[in-house]
Amino acid sequence: MIGLIAHNALLLSAAVVVFGAVLTPIAIRTNRREWLQLTYGAVYTNFLLVSLATALMIVALVIHDFSVSYVAAVGSRSTPLLFTVISLWGALEGSILFWAWVLALYAAAVVWFHRNRPGNLVPYASMTMLAVAAFFAILLAGPADPFVPVWPVPADGPGPNTLLQNHVLMAVHPPLLYLGYVGMTVPFAFAIGAILSNEAASNDWAILSRRWMLASWAFLSAAIIAGMWWSYEVLGWGGYWAWDPVENASFLPWLTATAYLHSVMVQERRNMLRLWTLNLCVATFVLTILGTFLTRSGILSSVHAFTTGTIGYYFLAFIAVVLVATLVLVAGNAERIRTTGTLGGVASRETVFLLNNLFLTAVMLTVLVGTLYPLVAEAIRGVKVSVGEPFFNRMAVPAMVALIFLMGVGPALPWGSTTVAEARRRMIPPSIGALVLVAIGVLAGARGMYAVLAFAFVGYAAVGNLREYWIGVRARHRAHGENWGTALVRLILGNRRRYGGYVAHIGVLLVALGVTASSTFRSEREATLLPGELLTVAGHTVRLQSVWGREEPQRSVIGATMDVLGTDGVVIGTVEPRMNYYHVSDQPVPTPDVRSSIRGDLYVNLSAFEPNGANATVKVIVEPLVPWIWFGGFVIVLGAVIGMFHRGRRTTIPPAPMASAPLPEPRVMETVP
Amino acid sequence: MNWKRATIAVFASTPLIALFAYGFTRDPGEIPSPLPGREAPEFALEVFAPGEAPLARRVGDTISLRELTGKVTVVNFWASWCLACRDEHEALSETARQYAFSPTQFVGVLYNDRPALGVNWIERMGGQSYPSVTDERSRTAIDYGLYGVPETFVIDPSGRIAYKHIGPITSSVLRSWIDSLLPGAATDTATELETR
Amino acid sequence: MRRMRLSIALIVAFCLAGPARAQDAGTVPRPALSAAEDSTLEARTTEVASMLRCPVCQGESIQDSPSELAQNMRAVVRDQLREGKTPDEIKAYFVSKYGEWILLEPEMKGLNVLLYVFPVLLVVGGLALVTVLVRRWTTPQPSER
Repeated sequence: MIGLIAHNALLLSAAVVVFGAVLTPIAIRTNRREWLQLTYGAVYTNFLLVSLATALMIVALVIHDFSVSYVAAVGSRSTPLLFTVISLWGALEGSILFWAWVLALYAAAVVWFHRNRPGNLVPYASMTMLAVAAFFAILLAGPADPFVPVWPVPADGPGPNTLLQNHVLMAVHPPLLYLGYVGMTVPFAFAIGAILSNEAASNDWAILSRRWMLASWAFLSAAIIAGMWWSYEVLGWGGYWAWDPVENASFLPWLTATAYLHSVMVQERRNMLRLWTLNLCVATFVLTILGTFLTRSGILSSVHAFTTGTIGYYFLAFIAVVLVATLVLVAGNAERIRTTGTLGGVASRETVFLLNNLFLTAVMLTVLVGTLYPLVAEAIRGVKVSVGEPFFNRMAVPAMVALIFLMGVGPALPWGSTTVAEARRRMIPPSIGALVLVAIGVLAGARGMYAVLAFAFVGYAAVGNLREYWIGVRARHRAHGENWGTALVRLILGNRRRYGGYVAHIGVLLVALGVTASSTFRSEREATLLPGELLTVAGHTVRLQSVWGREEPQRSVIGATMDVLGTDGVVIGTVEPRMNYYHVSDQPVPTPDVRSSIRGDLYVNLSAFEPNGANATVKVIVEPLVPWIWFGGFVIVLGAVIGMFHRGRRTTIPPAPMASAPLPEPRVMETVP
Repeated sequence: MNWKRATIAVFASTPLIALFAYGFTRDPGEIPSPLPGREAPEFALEVFAPGEAPLARRVGDTISLRELTGKVTVVNFWASWCLACRDEHEALSETARQYAFSPTQFVGVLYNDRPALGVNWIERMGGQSYPSVTDERSRTAIDYGLYGVPETFVIDPSGRIAYKHIGPITSSVLRSWIDSLLPGAATDTATELETR
Repeated sequence: MRRMRLSIALIVAFCLAGPARAQDAGTVPRPALSAAEDSTLEARTTEVASMLRCPVCQGESIQDSPSELAQNMRAVVRDQLREGKTPDEIKAYFVSKYGEWILLEPEMKGLNVLLYVFPVLLVVGGLALVTVLVRRWTTPQPSER
């Protein structure tokens, strides 16, 4: 019953989005503006229908309705409620349904907020989103149908993949990821809409997209950090990034989106780089589709790969259509979109942004080529090769280190020009910061070139960004007599975009520092302990107390209780690494225990044990500053949130009239809350 | 609308699409081994499961590859925790019996497991006609480039690896390879045994 | 399709990704090393092991992987280092057994050279491009506005 209603709702939603997408250009061509209201109605209806289907799926999962194919595949009576609910996105069909829902939500939100804007930009943007929604609706109607009726109805199911029910972060990482990924559709839709509506020659589409891009970027940043955190807490190896193809696939659109966030500022202020910024916008969306294609097609082996089937072919067709359509539109209209103008000067913030875009693009292309190279090598040489962590560390990390340096230079230089002497003067305090951090790092034992450079640049950029706050607050304090706290708040509120950006920079620096410290100063030891025996790693001591087992509905848990000892042998804490043996799988899921502090993590993993509890083999890893990575993630999001509530601005320079393009009409600026 | 530029851009994207389409014809999990055609790595391992007459060897004896020159050797890596190994167990035992009087030798190598568990498994499966040896710390398995179990190697009389089979092997595959490697006269004996 | 499904089933059957088989902890002898030679040998083992891919895991190195096969391969690396083999020789050994796939970083020969040259060209070429653009865009054009 549930399955039938939900399936029909999805079929209906497919019809509705196709209807809306087809009606839009007709309405515009025949100038029947009232029909556009119908297309907006289609967007809202789609949201209602897909929401209904999603809600029904959650209900089916919770009540264990095994007559629904997806529930039969991932549901189980012994799985705890939380993990039952979040198995919505744990396997292929459910994840497609979830994607469709997030897309429907974004489309409805975009249309709602911009419904009163005159012109054809919003209708064409809506059409683009409807077209993308149509693809996912077709998938849900056919190859990825989660509501196929199952007969005879099984009494129970296998439950979700055991790796996915082992940690609560599974409730957080995928939704954030989808909100980020799918959100990138919105700026893309605005870009395409601008070209189709002949408004690509103005900057309005970029201004409208900015908040949507910023929100999606914030979600994606949080999602990547959450994914790193999950990998760290679950997989038992003490690492958080493996350059796995699907990890890389989530990193690629983040890179181009970050480049966009910077180049769009140059576009607004100097009316330049418009074609480049539009390309970044389009590339970000294409990369999100590429990412989801790689995950679901099975052409690259990955931890993340969903089970393969015919769905890969559909995604390939979709990528082909998207690529061709956007290339035709962008390349065909390039002349009209392109702008020329001037930068303020060589030693200006614009130059730094150009360099920033260069390095972000270089990292993106390097990671992309590295990820796809195994396929290329097989196609050309017929030999299977691997491209893994050593390659990416060697080829991509240097450019990333350079970006850290630029993060300190940009805020120090003004828009427009400054003299070289002045620029040099501004570089002095950050340089002192660099030296201080290098000194600390080297004293702590850092020796490798990139580690030292990373410390230097983190110190440089940290002082560079914090100094901007200091200068601003001091100026307010002197000018208005405000106390430091009030001055800080008023400073941020006065220019949320700039100071939110600096906060995001600080977040990235925290992440960079955490990553550098934990890679450079990590120590680990593995040993088999008898109860009462000690193991010491880098000044941290643990003692095995006991090895135990217990039964839970869906799994057997073997654990080792261990005391953490302080300097004088006093017990200062307990860690309990475990191995979870899920009944449905013969491979256990390692469940390390992590004891966090500001200085770092004590990470303990249970590798093996004697069945009678006589001994336990544990691996103890000391990972300095790892919590700074997770904290940095929060700070990045905070910065993005501050920047999002910036009061809207118009372009400072009206675009020069181009002979072939019609003059854009004056627009009413909309403020998005 | 500059159609020339648009067409060029579309052509530029076709290699990427072609690459993905090609990707569908490949299986990223299938890694070809460089070993077939090369000399089989030497091993000398201790018997823990004797097998049955006439192929039995004493527990504690050593089976080394060198002593098997001149014979067609079938080396099968298996484990008691390996589900797929159960599928091929009967085929291997039966085929070994059929070729008992030809210059062939079947050897099972235990992978990443305890001999006691291996012996239990053999008992539960109804016996194994040929001997099995232990491989301490998987040295021989690594020497043979093992990705997992079951994997079966057919080694020709001169000591070169003729064939590597990943996954459960069937008796027909085994027989066709052994027949192709045996010196001519023995093939008749094998056919005789089969038709009986 | 069937072939794909069979391969997946086989991979699942093979997969040792996860901690060592619990029951084996007692029987796998861990070689005792003197503290002195331990640390440099361990450091070198870690370095070489980080370059080799674990055959039964998803992209992890044998250094990071907790699986039994990875640990045994590490032991092979350690022993060969102790015998005096160079990292290149050890890598060549594993390549002769598992194919090029076992290396986490492709050897720099043949087509693979392009893979390494590309990022360098990107950065160098990009810097050149930015220099040209900055110069062009900061010299006032006579035809501007």
